[in-house]
Amino acid sequence: MMYILSALGLAALAVLPMVFGDYGTGMLVGLAGYVTLATSWAMFSGPTRYISLATVAFFGVGAYTVAVLNEVLPYPLVLLAAAGIGATMALLVGLSTLRLAGIYFVIFTFGLAELVRQLITWFEVNVTGTLGRYIFLDLEAKHIYWQLLALGAATLALSAWIRRSRLGLALRVIGDDETVAAHSGINLARTKLVLFVASSTIITLVGAIQAPRWVYVEPSIVFNPTVSFLTVIMALLGGATRLWGPLCGAVPLFLLFEWLSARFPDHFSILLGLMFMAVVYALPDGVLAALERFRHRGKEGNGTSAPKPAKEANA
Amino acid sequence: MSVLLETQGLTKRFGGLTAVNGVSLTVKRGEVLGLLGPNGSGKTTLMNLISGALKSSEGALLIAGKDMTGAPPHRIAKSGVARTFQLVKILPSLTLEENVMVPAAFGPDRLWGRALKTQVAECLDMVGLHARAGQQASELTYIDQKRLELARALASAPKLLLLDEWLAGLNPTELHEGIRLIRELEQTGITIIMVEHIMDAVRALCPRCAVMNSGTLIADGATNEVLSDPHVVAAYLGEEDA
Ligand SMILES: Nc1ncnc2c1ncn2[C@@H]1O[C@H](COP(=O)(O)OP(=O)(O)OP(=O)(O)O)[C@@H](O)[C@H]1O
Ligand SMILES: [Mg+2]
Repeated sequence: MMYILSALGLAALAVLPMVFGDYGTGMLVGLAGYVTLATSWAMFSGPTRYISLATVAFFGVGAYTVAVLNEVLPYPLVLLAAAGIGATMALLVGLSTLRLAGIYFVIFTFGLAELVRQLITWFEVNVTGTLGRYIFLDLEAKHIYWQLLALGAATLALSAWIRRSRLGLALRVIGDDETVAAHSGINLARTKLVLFVASSTIITLVGAIQAPRWVYVEPSIVFNPTVSFLTVIMALLGGATRLWGPLCGAVPLFLLFEWLSARFPDHFSILLGLMFMAVVYALPDGVLAALERFRHRGKEGNGTSAPKPAKEANA
Repeated sequence: MSVLLETQGLTKRFGGLTAVNGVSLTVKRGEVLGLLGPNGSGKTTLMNLISGALKSSEGALLIAGKDMTGAPPHRIAKSGVARTFQLVKILPSLTLEENVMVPAAFGPDRLWGRALKTQVAECLDMVGLHARAGQQASELTYIDQKRLELARALASAPKLLLLDEWLAGLNPTELHEGIRLIRELEQTGITIIMVEHIMDAVRALCPRCAVMNSGTLIADGATNEVLSDPHVVAAYLGEEDA
């Protein structure tokens, strides 16, 4: 039953480009992209509570891989290469940073995106001598949308499967108390690494799939930090620990941001920053959790929901 | 009886402070050892060294004959060691059932499915929390959190159980109940090291005692003899003077 409904839903989403025309399809690409980014971001950051700002580092690497390889390899192999590069990078980054705690991890991941961008710029200027690159792929907006739709559906399916698996239980324990997790036999480093690599590989693929939309690509375009911040806001607003949370955050926020950036192009960054702080302070568990608490309170007549204790330091 | 745990000159330094100083202990299978000592004498630190929460500065740790010196806590847990914490640690966002599930699912036996459910039910039953399996752990009172922590430690069917002042903070009725519970455990043949300040509990539960003072082991033997040892009495009196 669930499968039939999902298939029907996907089919309905897949015919949307026929209904909306070119402008609408462009929006659909953005929507599907951010839903996938937010869902895959939450796959790692939701349960572990590591706030990663490295989204655009992987996204940009995916896009750049396509820019470099699009005339050399057949398209499916280009995507495969992007996934491989993203996974390898995530493995290296994960091995060196996942033992960093809290704010240091945030800062490192933010720095990572900048580092990758500067490295690629340096390489292009000094070694290949071409800063900008063109992507000539015979892909229309609707083709890109379909690929993102498939990737988004696969991401949700993977998240749903993880939740019911041993891995999902391990992640929830790690989110609550790492000391207890380790003393129960959970290999903290390996569990986090597996999730970080899976999440980052999907993010890299989103960048790779979206790349043909730009036609002309250079580091400052594909490594735009706004992508990282938007992803965090969307996932947190919807609720990063819930399967459908990031989607619920991504859809309305994407539409809102489109409108804001068209309406107030000069103040967009400020609005984004304010929104980032508001979400992190006011609704760290997301709107869905807040709604649930609200309903709960309505039913019981008093607020009994226990506040979430902050993550403690080690023993 | 074969040896389950052996520490050889285990030492832990925090900067200039030597919290555990060359402790050599041997615990046989099925033994129940009381670990005593005044506040700050290094009992919790020694437990942390055995469970892998801390890495020793010097010395060796052998569990069931295997060298576990410097091993991370998850490997030590997998070799059959479970513990409770002096400051109770539950998993607040998980239900009671899920709390207990964790070491059973990730410990030595890696249970899943029906076997896991049975094991969890048994452990919750043992501490009397069976009826509340679906409740959120954050809703429990202090004593029930302690019960839950014990159930969770037992869920991996450990060979060695480390209890760090598990009986502390209970009222007389609860204490009585707690002692009965641990005595039941002893009957299953499990090996226990328990840090305890309550002398009645130590006398009731531990045939053997080890005493630490300023990081050093100052006595180790039959409980009655150890408790009347002048060094031990002096260590405790010294504490009361301070
Ligand atoms: N992580 C740490 N960093 C620095 N010093 C520590 C650390 N843990 C313990 N100590 C110090 O080591 C010494 C031994 O502490 P420990 O907690 O092992 O004592 P204890 O015997 O368990 O005491 P209590 O009966 O109060 O629980 C104390 O002086 C303590 O301050
Ligand atoms: Mg202690």
